[in-house]
Amino acid sequence: MTDRYVVSIDQGTTSTRCILFDHRGQLVSVVQMEHQQHYPRPGWVEHDAMEIWRNTLRLASGVFQQARITPDQIVGLGIANQRETTVLWDRRTGIPVGHAINWQDTRTDDLVRQLADAPAAKAIEQRCGLPLATYFSGPRIRWMLDNLPGLRERAERGDVLFGTMETWLIWNLTGGPSGGIHITDVTNASRTMLMDIHTLDWHPELLAFFDIPSQILPEIRSNAEVYGRATIGFPSVRIAAALGDQQAALFGQTCFTPGEAKCTYGTGSFLLLNTGTELVRSTHGLISTVGYKIDNEPPVYSLEGSIAITGSLVQWFRDQLGLIATAPEIETLARTVDDNGGCYIVPAFSGLFAPHWRSEARGVIVGLTSYITKGHLARAVLEATGWQTREVVDAMNADSGLDLTTLKVDGGMTADNLLMQFIADVLDVPVVRPMAAETVSLGAAYAAGLATSYWSDLDALRQNWHRAAQWLPAMNPAVRAEEYENWQRAVEHTFNWIKPH
Amino acid sequence: MPGMVQSIERAAAMLRLLASSPGRLGIVEIARSLDLAKGTAHGILRTLQHVGFVEQDDGGKYQLGAALLHLGTSYLDVNELRSRSINWADPLAARSGEAVRIGTILEGKVLVVHHVFRPDDTLQTLDVGALLPLHASALGKVLLAYDATTARAALQSLLEGYTRRTLTEPKDLARALLEVREAGWAMEIEELTIGEAGLAAPIRGYGGLVVGAIGISGPVERICDSKRRPHPKLVAHVREAARAVSRDLGATRR
Repeated sequence: MTDRYVVSIDQGTTSTRCILFDHRGQLVSVVQMEHQQHYPRPGWVEHDAMEIWRNTLRLASGVFQQARITPDQIVGLGIANQRETTVLWDRRTGIPVGHAINWQDTRTDDLVRQLADAPAAKAIEQRCGLPLATYFSGPRIRWMLDNLPGLRERAERGDVLFGTMETWLIWNLTGGPSGGIHITDVTNASRTMLMDIHTLDWHPELLAFFDIPSQILPEIRSNAEVYGRATIGFPSVRIAAALGDQQAALFGQTCFTPGEAKCTYGTGSFLLLNTGTELVRSTHGLISTVGYKIDNEPPVYSLEGSIAITGSLVQWFRDQLGLIATAPEIETLARTVDDNGGCYIVPAFSGLFAPHWRSEARGVIVGLTSYITKGHLARAVLEATGWQTREVVDAMNADSGLDLTTLKVDGGMTADNLLMQFIADVLDVPVVRPMAAETVSLGAAYAAGLATSYWSDLDALRQNWHRAAQWLPAMNPAVRAEEYENWQRAVEHTFNWIKPH
Repeated sequence: MPGMVQSIERAAAMLRLLASSPGRLGIVEIARSLDLAKGTAHGILRTLQHVGFVEQDDGGKYQLGAALLHLGTSYLDVNELRSRSINWADPLAARSGEAVRIGTILEGKVLVVHHVFRPDDTLQTLDVGALLPLHASALGKVLLAYDATTARAALQSLLEGYTRRTLTEPKDLARALLEVREAGWAMEIEELTIGEAGLAAPIRGYGGLVVGAIGISGPVERICDSKRRPHPKLVAHVREAARAVSRDLGATRR
């Protein structure tokens, strides 16, 4: 019998990856391509959607070559994607109207401030479950419609399509201008501010508020169902799942029971807590979002704590300061000293996300003395990720009324033992890494495998989850309390740096 | 004396040239200085760039690379090694059903730089940072087999016995290391702990240089058959994982 696999595309912020998984949920083959980051102005971050699509096609042939398999050995394809990155394109030519606006981009700052002053703003936040912020895709669509000449007219004529990256890839994979399927999924749609968080449909009131024509919107589908078959790249393979990357990680970590939480440590970090079929509204700065929805089953909601800058602080330390040659060396450098030497770095590079949501904040390094070495700075860089996690966990405990008992972690930074130990120390709960660091891709593969009966049910997926590593808290409570207080004082120094204009 | 390899001589000359130059050099300057065709010089420079001995600035000019400065110290940061191998250590644990460790040499011992639990969800403790004896572990035997200097030192030191099966005689260890080089993998059966066995294979970087070892360990009856020979399937899993990490680190397939 020939082996059969599921394949996932993880369309991420810095790269796109194509991974083949076996029935145990283990990696068989990985291919990856980075794409260019465009920074045309301060605060602007863009991607070329065409480049990402071309990369995806190359990865498709790459993965078949590397694994020496044929498309008929693939039972299904799942997509996980960087969320909130927004692309508009011409329905007839398939050519984007401009670069995709990335999720880190803050150009909608003024627009969002204006919108927030409107009388309807509170009701809008209530309906979509999200706070008005530059983070989400709705304001970006509006910005493009307002700023690209002639675009609104073309959009109203029905010539323009909107999508986040999964929509863009699925449309292209299924034929593009000749019959491409124009769909999104509930998790990605839940990050637009245009979807009613209860009915899971686009809502006219939300569209009116943002002044966005409904003609450009994709159809909203569940996360696990066969949407159609690919016509290019993965010929005839069923496209059977799409999820935003963080929800994919929640799924890949098999957090199927209310109260289970995971945190993915990448460029930014994202802690998601399964809150079951009940929507929990945060009063502590978290986001209410759709966790996942399997076919016709009721949706499972989650609370999300989004941290903008974690891994990217290490990248900054590497690329902008040049104190290390590769990201993992941060641990080597940090281990040259025993503590942070009294130094704290708060990376509010484009404001602070959860639980503060302060877009006017900017980063600080505090506690500098002549004693501080680059080793202390490296410690402070890693500790920033730990403390930001602590703030989000505190908010989550307060909102859910439950105390987190274990944190499941994944993502590239879980290779950093010093950081993982620090997180266990400051949270005072065990931190557990599953035997699959690539949970984003795995989650998309799981959803696609469920939809195509490669796996029978959620229990079968749970059986694939194994503990690969565990870090137990070992910090003196008095030290923890004092350090946390110092961190919080450092955070206060970031506030109100950008003056309103 | 066997014949000299011309391109290596030329590469050495290029490094000397770059080292003695106060500024960066362009391809034409380098080719002219060494009286080489531009295409020949470019091929050598590209290879030197690939291994990190030469770097190119935004304007396309060449200078000595950072890797040259670190020649005397460790070639691959241990945290980098973990980061690059984590994706392949997990599948090895899942497929073999055993705990996985990755090791490098540190001061005459094996330093455990990465550890994946046995996938049975029992209570296990992370032992990253632990030290294992070189001569009594599968990881250690792999590392010794491909590191002549450390092997020489080990063969001249007192080989501590942990069980009656530990290789405490230098000639036995030397023979075992020869076998490792011939087979491309190492085993250890009850040489460190009674009832335990281990298998390991080399992780190679650019040019085939061994930068670490990856292996599994567990009870003898699971690692070996009734004749105390390692299960071929487990050996294959270990070697496959080692090859996958090596490929990611830039080693050419062998």
